[in-house]
Amino acid sequence: MSGKGMNLTLKIWRQKDAQSKGKMQTYKVNDISEHMSFLEMMDVLNEQLIAEGDEPVAFDHDCREGICGMCSLYINGEAHGPDRGVTTCQLHMRMFNDGDTIYIEPFRAAAFPVIKDLVVDRSAFERIQQAGGYISVNTSGNTQDANAIPISKHAADEAMDAATCIGCGACVATCKNSSAMLFVGAKVSQYALLPQGQIEAADRVKNMVAQMDLEGFGNCTNTGACEIECPKGISLDNIARMNRELIKASVK
Amino acid sequence: MSVLDSKVPKGPIKDKWTSYKDKINLVNPANKRNIDIIVVGTGLAGGSAAATLAELGYNVKAFAYQDSPRRAHSIAAQGGINAAKNYMGDGDSVYRLFYDTVKGGDYRSREANVYRLAEVSANIIDQCVAQGVPFARDYGGLLDNRSFGGVLVSRTFYAKGQTGQQLLLGAYSAMNRQIARGKIQMYNRHEMLDVVIVDEKARGIIARNLITGEIERHSAHAVVVGSGGYGNVYFLSTNAMGSNATAAWKIHKKGAFFANPCYTQIHPTCIPRSGDYQSKLTLMSESLRNDGRIWVPKNLEDVKAIREGRKKPTDLSEDERDYYLERRYPAFGNLVPRDVASRAAKERCDAGYGVNATGEAVYLDFASAIERYGKEQAKIQGIDNPSKAKITELGEKIVEAKYGNLFQMYEKIVDDNPYKTPMMIYPAVHYTMGGVWVDYNLMTTVPGLYCIGEANFSDHGANRLGASALMQGLADGYFVLPYTIGDYLSEDIRTGAIPTDSKEFDEAEKSVKDRIDFFMNNKGSKSVDYFHKRLGKIMWDKAGMSRNEKGLKEAMSEIKALREEFWKDVKVPGSANEMNPELEKAGRVADFLELGELFAKDALMREESCGGHFREESAEESGPQKGEAKRDDKNFAFVAAWEYKGEPGDAVLHKEELEFKDIELKQRSYK
Repeated sequence: MSGKGMNLTLKIWRQKDAQSKGKMQTYKVNDISEHMSFLEMMDVLNEQLIAEGDEPVAFDHDCREGICGMCSLYINGEAHGPDRGVTTCQLHMRMFNDGDTIYIEPFRAAAFPVIKDLVVDRSAFERIQQAGGYISVNTSGNTQDANAIPISKHAADEAMDAATCIGCGACVATCKNSSAMLFVGAKVSQYALLPQGQIEAADRVKNMVAQMDLEGFGNCTNTGACEIECPKGISLDNIARMNRELIKASVK
Repeated sequence: MSVLDSKVPKGPIKDKWTSYKDKINLVNPANKRNIDIIVVGTGLAGGSAAATLAELGYNVKAFAYQDSPRRAHSIAAQGGINAAKNYMGDGDSVYRLFYDTVKGGDYRSREANVYRLAEVSANIIDQCVAQGVPFARDYGGLLDNRSFGGVLVSRTFYAKGQTGQQLLLGAYSAMNRQIARGKIQMYNRHEMLDVVIVDEKARGIIARNLITGEIERHSAHAVVVGSGGYGNVYFLSTNAMGSNATAAWKIHKKGAFFANPCYTQIHPTCIPRSGDYQSKLTLMSESLRNDGRIWVPKNLEDVKAIREGRKKPTDLSEDERDYYLERRYPAFGNLVPRDVASRAAKERCDAGYGVNATGEAVYLDFASAIERYGKEQAKIQGIDNPSKAKITELGEKIVEAKYGNLFQMYEKIVDDNPYKTPMMIYPAVHYTMGGVWVDYNLMTTVPGLYCIGEANFSDHGANRLGASALMQGLADGYFVLPYTIGDYLSEDIRTGAIPTDSKEFDEAEKSVKDRIDFFMNNKGSKSVDYFHKRLGKIMWDKAGMSRNEKGLKEAMSEIKALREEFWKDVKVPGSANEMNPELEKAGRVADFLELGELFAKDALMREESCGGHFREESAEESGPQKGEAKRDDKNFAFVAAWEYKGEPGDAVLHKEELEFKDIELKQRSYK
């Protein structure tokens, strides 16, 4: 690395565990390359903290290529930071300037309690999926041939677009109501668009929405922030489709 | 005489699996309710196994270190999944998939397992479609296929560049259905730290709750490990940061033999390294090689000019470019198997033709594909005499539709537009073909202990073909293990619940706690990553894309020395009774420091080149295949299964001789 690295001030949320009170703390990192990813910058900070005898900052991450949905972080007031269409692990330091102060907080939502530092508990998403995010078909290997039911390319593509949701929770974190409707709408849509999913469509949408409400997520007021911050570009149309499915299911 | 019994059924290869299933012992539904199974890992193999075993009626406990099964690293597989459907009518068949897989694996896999894999492959696609996996379709509404490296047919099913994600979400949805029914108890943010053996059978695990730090005992009648591969032994790989070998290594230390650790796949198309801070490498799907052409400049002056920024790759004429794969392998061209493509890139870069500052990068160029597609589109749309700009515009749209997300990913990381200037790529560690030895039932050398997916060694020999990892993971979990495990468990219907207060559980828990206490109390001065990076460098330099006797001997002693240093000087902050990512890493790296040495030992023993394992001493010296890998079937047509004896260097070799009755052993030629 050349000497033209960035010197940065980091204000990071530190919280020992779910029970303790947290607070923002200030750290400095120097000579950060613009080619680093944001999480590599966090690695540098943590190595520095370990060397100094401090506790490193806990944050969720795993694949570091934007697909596992494990990483989160609210950076300068934006879920997954200032870039669009990326997760925090794909955010690069070239988005920042020498001398910047960067605020790093966990995803904030009543339904996502903090576990430690920047790590939050997103198990509410698990319970919503368990309430109906599946097609009831056994893995017998005796289903009909995969080409037995043709599906229009348009429907298949639209289902795929909905299915690309990585379950990171940026939609919830960025929504002023902490609504999970983009997440739930995407799953409901994927199945509603495919013939295989239609058999249980009514029960699925009712059960998933009921669980979503139970978990304490807010309602949708159509601000569209979720769509903008979603790293996978999941469309608001999915929320509209979920609402249609729910009305259809309710009047049946 | 070998102690290894592969338990491959008798009879013609075509009938083995069917007739075996007909005779296998079954457990009746009422008894299944009294039988517990632990599944460690929830990727394609573990997730599909957990769901299917629960559907069958067993009580399943599943463990994942992530906060959800959906985050297992199978999610990152991009390109596709193979299946012998022959939907394209291009001559595919079960036999051909079997043949391609054995050949692609350089004749180092077990024929019967591979045939079974090919046989059940078609069921996987049927199953996934029924689950709502949105595979790509053509305009008639039927499933689309594409071709992948190392084969001459199009048999790869895909969901954009996110096939692994969609298949994993399919398995995850099947799991969710069973979690909701209470048939799977899901333990997220838990890590298995040891297996418990009672009366020579696997009867449980010790796991750590990664939120509270609590050490837990879990018992079962059988334990299934589907914890993925060990690519992170290199520190830098395309694996997830948390991907680790701990579960596989712990069972190895408790009696499961570890097979062919030196078989590692170095994937040819990854984004090159940019600096020392690099934490992982990113793969660009092999499917890009369908349309991308790989090249470096012909002349070293051009290389220099490009490195210094005086020339751009697009300034070079066709005559000034060396499309080295097309030149060396006219039959397969850019679609040679991964090991061949990777070594060819290394060969060019070692010769000084690497095109970036580190000298470790080659071009992957889409200009001709864009032109070809553009012309085709112009014709379809009835545009006469289209301008060059129009052709480019139309062509870029098609390329975007096919690979848009990959191009976007590349641009985000590298800050360069791959539609306009060729991508730069370089090989990176991606997949490990070696793993825990299993028999035809997928059982390890410990009764009741199974190993599935990338964690086992069985199906890919010395090199895996593209789009076959997803196939194997789901085949093992959905369609193979659920049958074979019943045969074993049929003898356990009267056993009753396994108690966790036995001395075996006491001992296993104590050793886990002792190790954690050691880490917490060690007054070291260096972080875990410091050691992991050094291990990675030894592995990459001396047991990487090409290996020799001297380097491997050095690797063994250097790793051993590094391991000793690690135990003296590692520093783990925080405490044991809380979320502590550094403590998690310390345990994993401690295991990699042992596995790495066995890896080098295995590579040293195997004095031949095969698949991903290239020994410099074993290359063709003359003729049309000069410089290509030279296999030694006379002396090395066996699986090397290592038995743990206290130190990795003391491991004892057991050989499973490989018999090829249905395929003739040939030199693998892609010329």
